[in-house]
Amino acid sequence: MKFLLTMHMNPEVWDGLSEETKDAVMSGHGDFIAKIRASGEMINTQALGAPADSAVVRVRGGVPVVTDGPFTESKEFLAGFYLVECETRERALEVAAMIPDAGIDGLGIEVRPVAFFAGAEGEPEPG
Amino acid sequence: MDAELLRPLVPQVLGVLARRYGQFEACEDAVQEALLAAVEQWADGDVPDNPRAWLLTVATRRLTDLWRSESARRRREENVAAQEVTQAVPGPGDDRAPEHDDTLTLLFLCCHPSVTPSSQVALTLRAVGGLTTAEIATAFLVPEATMTRRITRAKESIAAAGSTFAEPSAEDWPARLQVVLHVLYLIFNEGYTASSGEELHRVELTAEAIRLTRAVHALLPGDGEVAGLLALMLLTDARRPARTHEGALLPLADQDRRLWTVPQIVEGVELVSRTLGRGPVGPYQVQAAIAALHDRAASTETTDWPQIVELYDVLAELAPSPVVTLNRAIAVAMVHGPAAALALLSTVEDDSRLKQGHRLDAVRAHLLELAGDTDAAHAHYLRAAKRTSSLPERRYLQSRAERFLPAHR
Repeated sequence: MKFLLTMHMNPEVWDGLSEETKDAVMSGHGDFIAKIRASGEMINTQALGAPADSAVVRVRGGVPVVTDGPFTESKEFLAGFYLVECETRERALEVAAMIPDAGIDGLGIEVRPVAFFAGAEGEPEPG
Repeated sequence: MDAELLRPLVPQVLGVLARRYGQFEACEDAVQEALLAAVEQWADGDVPDNPRAWLLTVATRRLTDLWRSESARRRREENVAAQEVTQAVPGPGDDRAPEHDDTLTLLFLCCHPSVTPSSQVALTLRAVGGLTTAEIATAFLVPEATMTRRITRAKESIAAAGSTFAEPSAEDWPARLQVVLHVLYLIFNEGYTASSGEELHRVELTAEAIRLTRAVHALLPGDGEVAGLLALMLLTDARRPARTHEGALLPLADQDRRLWTVPQIVEGVELVSRTLGRGPVGPYQVQAAIAALHDRAASTETTDWPQIVELYDVLAELAPSPVVTLNRAIAVAMVHGPAAALALLSTVEDDSRLKQGHRLDAVRAHLLELAGDTDAAHAHYLRAAKRTSSLPERRYLQSRAERFLPAHR
């Protein structure tokens, strides 16, 4: 079963951390990646750019309308994710707890099952 | 070279190597590499006269290459170098079919209890099924590197558990065979109802599960549960051609039964009648017997529902699970009406095993529909549609829900 583990960043919380803690979180991701690669559960991970650099596109009457900024204004924003393949939901929760951000007051990891998945390649042609 | 011809050779070659050199882990890698080389080199029809001996030779060479490159294993290298095959000619006995079939021993090893179910499945498909890692990764929609790691880790767990290339003790045998059958069943189910993705079926997985179960049945013809599992797969897979229409799932009642695969039904029914009632009855035999009753009926109306309810009673005794209760409720509705079936559902509605999935809502919606409570049926079909991760299933459930929209009445 595939799960998306999303990291929700709160700049207020992050800026309040000591440099030491920030370093520990950052390097902790390297250790975490090594662990879930070794366990065969890693599919991929991506960290996203700043919300200030995002834009929202809406097509109205066939015409795209672009507004700068994130879709929803809130204290937290989506900072990145891990896509993992886990045996059970329980294991996905266990894996999420290994992400360093999960241990920071005011931050948490959201765990959601993947309902549909497609890659660059389609289903193999029959025969 | 047809993969159908190549793949049965994989467990044979792996069996010979594992017997000769021990070290299942390295032997399995070597056979996979030989398989990849064969797929590449035989593609243009340039198939060697003796494919089995060719695979054995290439795998042996890969094995010696591997050992050579590990300088710390110098001593073993010297031993093996003496036996090294220098050209692609059969060694003594290599051109003969093996005296004993190693398929079962390999299955026991791949389905080792120290390994998680999804890794048991992956390793079985590779080491016994002869699929490449890339094919298995595609079937399960994960990157090849992820699948490679999972298989390597599975083999490391087996080695760490101290397991060797040997059948389990007489004492462990029945429990270990249960695990093997469960893994084959998981492979079949993953193919029959793909747990995620656009396609409902992954035919290559169902076909592979049937092929492997057939092989186990040939080795253990007297085992009722092996026969039962094979029958269950054949009887279920027989309905596949009628199971979808334009990408949406069709329930049994709406399927065009003329599309069902008759030879599979005949074989499945024969297996059931040959084994049921001789020796201890197990859950696979009972499920096969239920499937046989469905497959032999010309319509839902002429199906022997009272007999199906009885069989579900037996199944609930043998292997109680909330899913059995759900299926039993559907049969009970046909015999005693939807009210009795809904009462049965209330016994499992708090079961944590049903909380995550969509099945409880789907069955409840169906029963409410039978009871004529269309508003509640609509709501439960929608809830079920939201909770399934299979797109064809979602399309079906949504279309059911839409039938009970106020505008349609």
